[in-house]
Amino acid sequence: MDDVSAPAGEGDQARATAEAVARRHYGKLVAFLAARTRDVAGAEDALSEAFAAALARWPTDGIPDNPEAWILAVARRKTIDAARRRRSSQAAEPDLQLIAEELETVAADVTQIPDQRLALMFACAHPAIDAATRAPLMLQTILGFDAAAIASAFLVAPATMSQRLVRAKAKIRQAGIPFRVPEPAELRERLDAVLEAIYAVFAEGWADAAGTDARRRNLAEEGIWLGRLVVSLMPDEPEALGLLALMLHAEARRVARRHSSGDYVPLIDQDPNLWDANLLDEAEALLRRASRKGVLGRFQLEAAVQSAHVVRRRSGQSDWAAIERLYDALLALTGSPVVAINRAIALAETRGPAAGLAALDALADDARVAEYQPYWAARAGLLGRIGDRAGADEAYRLAIGLELDPSVRAFLQQRQTALRPPGRDKS
Amino acid sequence: MNYMLLIYSDEAGFKAASKAQVEQTMAAYVAYTEALKKAGALVRGDRLQSASSASTVRVANGKTQVLDGPYAETKEQLGGFYLIDVPDLDAALAWAARCPGAGHGTVEVRPLWTM
Repeated sequence: MDDVSAPAGEGDQARATAEAVARRHYGKLVAFLAARTRDVAGAEDALSEAFAAALARWPTDGIPDNPEAWILAVARRKTIDAARRRRSSQAAEPDLQLIAEELETVAADVTQIPDQRLALMFACAHPAIDAATRAPLMLQTILGFDAAAIASAFLVAPATMSQRLVRAKAKIRQAGIPFRVPEPAELRERLDAVLEAIYAVFAEGWADAAGTDARRRNLAEEGIWLGRLVVSLMPDEPEALGLLALMLHAEARRVARRHSSGDYVPLIDQDPNLWDANLLDEAEALLRRASRKGVLGRFQLEAAVQSAHVVRRRSGQSDWAAIERLYDALLALTGSPVVAINRAIALAETRGPAAGLAALDALADDARVAEYQPYWAARAGLLGRIGDRAGADEAYRLAIGLELDPSVRAFLQQRQTALRPPGRDKS
Repeated sequence: MNYMLLIYSDEAGFKAASKAQVEQTMAAYVAYTEALKKAGALVRGDRLQSASSASTVRVANGKTQVLDGPYAETKEQLGGFYLIDVPDLDAALAWAARCPGAGHGTVEVRPLWTM
């Protein structure tokens, strides 16, 4: 059907714009139809040919004045024909019939289509849906990416991804998962699941730091777009604001994460002049808006950590004391070993490398850190700083062995090599 | 939609419980059933005799086999069920969470097949 990758060459911009517009309008129509019938697959089927036609024609013909009316007109023709054929040939398929009727109704007045994408997101991130499938399901239903493209971005076999998505959609329909924003009593927990899934979309894109894999780079943009959508639909939810601020902070530093040669640059060595000031300002404004609501949460805290790093734009230095306090709060909230590692790194800055190492030692028994590269890299860096060259060397070796990204691996190897010449006690 | 709430729990634990504990649990079920009725959600609900009363039947090659005991020997056994009629899965999950069985065992929520 389509491809997540951005095309390379002339006319890219027109194509990318047309595709983005098609996806936004497609998602709104899928959400509207599926919310009525709970049949996501049926809604996708009804719109798929029209969506494919939009992807093929808009880049050359231009984007129509009313994109939804255009998609609907095509979808209506195809679906109503199919429904009529089916009705006469076999036992009525009530869902398809219902979809055909809905299409008839909305096609008559396209300005009246309510935005049900938030309801669809809550259905996709329902606790009854397998947690690992929530983000892929959102990408497919809200943005129309096909299973093969999603599988590629999430490093899963296409057949496996396709099966998971089909199963999840069947579950929504058969188990009667509702399409609605949950009641206030459970809203916070359920919204967390939606935000987690959006963050997973973003993180998949962000993981490709080199930006060499266009499919994944685009996922970061789609994650931000979904984050903006949630904020526009729930403007008073502090964690939704916090998530968007967090993603914008990370996105602002995308370019600075690599030298022009492609080498990895850790956050503390990045040139603040390369950070995108507009994105950072927007992120800071969102975070201030969130904090005025007076309800703290994981994403706000993580965004605040980013913000405490970004003060380096003006002061020349990260606010490590604030970062330590924020990680204390995050650790209390999540108990995550990843947070504990970051807290240890902050401690090393505020109280010296020995304090940081002591905090890392406290994690050594946690099986989850044994195969986690950042734990060993953090350990190696701190051991190097207290002059334990042998210990640092050993820890770097483990970190290098666990790393997936070649440029990060090369960076760790450089640090390891720098330990070796005598007379140098710091990497 | 109709959902079946299937209550699985450890029969041995229930048998070992004191008289007061058993009475408390039964009272909780009576109250729960009453709440379902008042909400207009109850289609029917019953407790099953213990798994040791079960017989299992299978017909293979035209021959009927009857076995003594439940289909699967597990630590937790099917002990009862409620059939409820509610708008969606969230409502069914909310009722399952209120079921006393969710406290002393596990409640499986299954939508009924609709033709």
